[in-house]
Amino acid sequence: MPEGTGSASTLLSVEHLTTVFDLPAGPAPAVIDVSFHVDAGETLCLVGESGSGKSVTALSILRLVQRPGRIAGGRIVFRGRDLLTLDERGMQKVRGAQIALIFQEPMTALNPVFTIGNQIEETLMVHGIARGRAARDRAIELLDAVSIPEPQKRVRDYPHQLSGGLRQRALIALALACSPALVIADEPTTALDVTIQAQLLDLLRDLQKRLGLALLLITHDLGVVAEMADRVAVMYAGRIVEEAPVRDLFRDPRHPYTRGLLGSIPGGTRGSKLQAIHGTVPPIGQLPPGCGFAPRCPHRFEPCDIAPPGVTIIAAPRASRHATRCYLYSPAIASGVLPEETRRTPGTRG
Amino acid sequence: MPLLEVRHLSKTFSRRKGLFGATSVVRAVDDVSFSIERGETFGLVGESGSGKTTTGRCILRLVEPTGGEVIVDGRDVLKLSRGDLRRARRDMQVVFQDPYSSLNPRMRVSDIVEEPLIIHKLGSRSERRERVRQLFALVGLNPDHLERYPHEFSGGQRQRIGLARALALNPSLIIADEPVSALDVSVQAQVVNLLMELQERLKLTYLFIAHDLRLVEHICSRVAVMYLGKIVEMGETAKLFASPQHPYTRALLSAIPVPDPDAPRQRLVLDPASFDRAAPLREVAAGHFAAV
Repeated sequence: MPEGTGSASTLLSVEHLTTVFDLPAGPAPAVIDVSFHVDAGETLCLVGESGSGKSVTALSILRLVQRPGRIAGGRIVFRGRDLLTLDERGMQKVRGAQIALIFQEPMTALNPVFTIGNQIEETLMVHGIARGRAARDRAIELLDAVSIPEPQKRVRDYPHQLSGGLRQRALIALALACSPALVIADEPTTALDVTIQAQLLDLLRDLQKRLGLALLLITHDLGVVAEMADRVAVMYAGRIVEEAPVRDLFRDPRHPYTRGLLGSIPGGTRGSKLQAIHGTVPPIGQLPPGCGFAPRCPHRFEPCDIAPPGVTIIAAPRASRHATRCYLYSPAIASGVLPEETRRTPGTRG
Repeated sequence: MPLLEVRHLSKTFSRRKGLFGATSVVRAVDDVSFSIERGETFGLVGESGSGKTTTGRCILRLVEPTGGEVIVDGRDVLKLSRGDLRRARRDMQVVFQDPYSSLNPRMRVSDIVEEPLIIHKLGSRSERRERVRQLFALVGLNPDHLERYPHEFSGGQRQRIGLARALALNPSLIIADEPVSALDVSVQAQVVNLLMELQERLKLTYLFIAHDLRLVEHICSRVAVMYLGKIVEMGETAKLFASPQHPYTRALLSAIPVPDPDAPRQRLVLDPASFDRAAPLREVAAGHFAAV
């Protein structure tokens, strides 16, 4: 949600990004007016459930959105350059080399007919970093860096010969091949068992520290967020509804959706009722005219159905910025238009 | 008397390596024993390949076990003839993980829920239709939507349809295999609440198979942890989570990401050499068993 302030440490600044899918029924926005920044070396978690637009945001940054999808507006400023103004050749120099992407499904992201080594070497060659013997050595080095045992041997393996956890490690090695400054990881551990997930999260954190990587981590798991994030952006129905440093988000969540997500985590007395959010995520192209969360919101009142709420800043300093899109915090409304009952509720439940 | 008693259940799959290779035997379920009391929620947890799903399927004989006994209400299910097995299955039903593939896309949801009643020749057509309406209301679905097809429902609603179908025959035991793991986080809680509510109203007994340990901790009174086909630890959920005894359970619990940025993190990595895989379960505290 911040404006592009071009601070020295800003690596990526997404400004008012809107991505639309041209469906037979008409244009359906999947990402609406999304703004956030990622600083060098930090981890920003983008949280949301299926249909929230988090994966489309990731694809938009790399300009990999396929038809009928298209980027309809905004700027994606990476190291001071707007990626949306680059031609395809220029973009190819960014993809993989400066911004790398790690997908959820390591089996579909790796090519089954080439060895792990071949795939890493190809990347190194395409980006003109190394070839031949040097590329092979670098591939082994990368596999070693992601803690794949016996890298000299594994470099000759095909993807199917590796377990799910090792495959995901190989994919991380591939992503790191060109020493990118930013890694976008879209649900990188969702398909894995918890013990394997734990090892991979440890690995990502370790690599980040060693290499000074910035990480844009997309996940639906608030446990993963708590472990990994410096800052968090919560997405719902195409918009960022809350943005905060990780501690503030868990200690002092503002948006009713964020509160609902945190409340629905199992915990408390055994057998007690979980705080469910009723209803379901609206499908793409069927967003309500007002706030996207209004139909499911326990605090819904008149303005929510009229127009989407703007951004309310709760804490302004850039590093600890806390902002939300909700009429409960909108100063104009909170200062009197609001019925007493509604004004009291944001802090309390039930 | 427990409602379900599983004794020394085993399932092996043999596999030949290549055309002329030697046959190797995979012990998917290896001498598994546990029992579930009436009205209890018993959790079976483990990671992929632990044998938890195969155990559930063996109990229903959707997969034929290689050995052991499965005693439901005093009768060994594994010894039943085909006809008797069909009757016995009225009493134990299954809810699957994926609500997208477990409902026939060409059937109206009313027919999906009615089908078990037809198979078991229960009631007249109008009685069955009335029962379907009741079931729809019971699981919180709008009876006006009975004539729709599965694709017109969201994941959470589909899971409710699967549940209505499972409840059609008034079973006492529900085997729920990862019933919420395919659902969005904000919808999972709705279905979990429904499962708990139905249990209370209908006095259901659940075998809850899951990998989400936080969820298991919340709803199960007792839990068994499976690792490579064996139960390595079993006991009351609260005690087992508070003082896990087996190295695998410890590693598993320490791997769960805690939704609290200030939680202390101490990851324990499992060293398979640190324990004896052949060790039998022994009682380490009252009602708490571990293979150590």
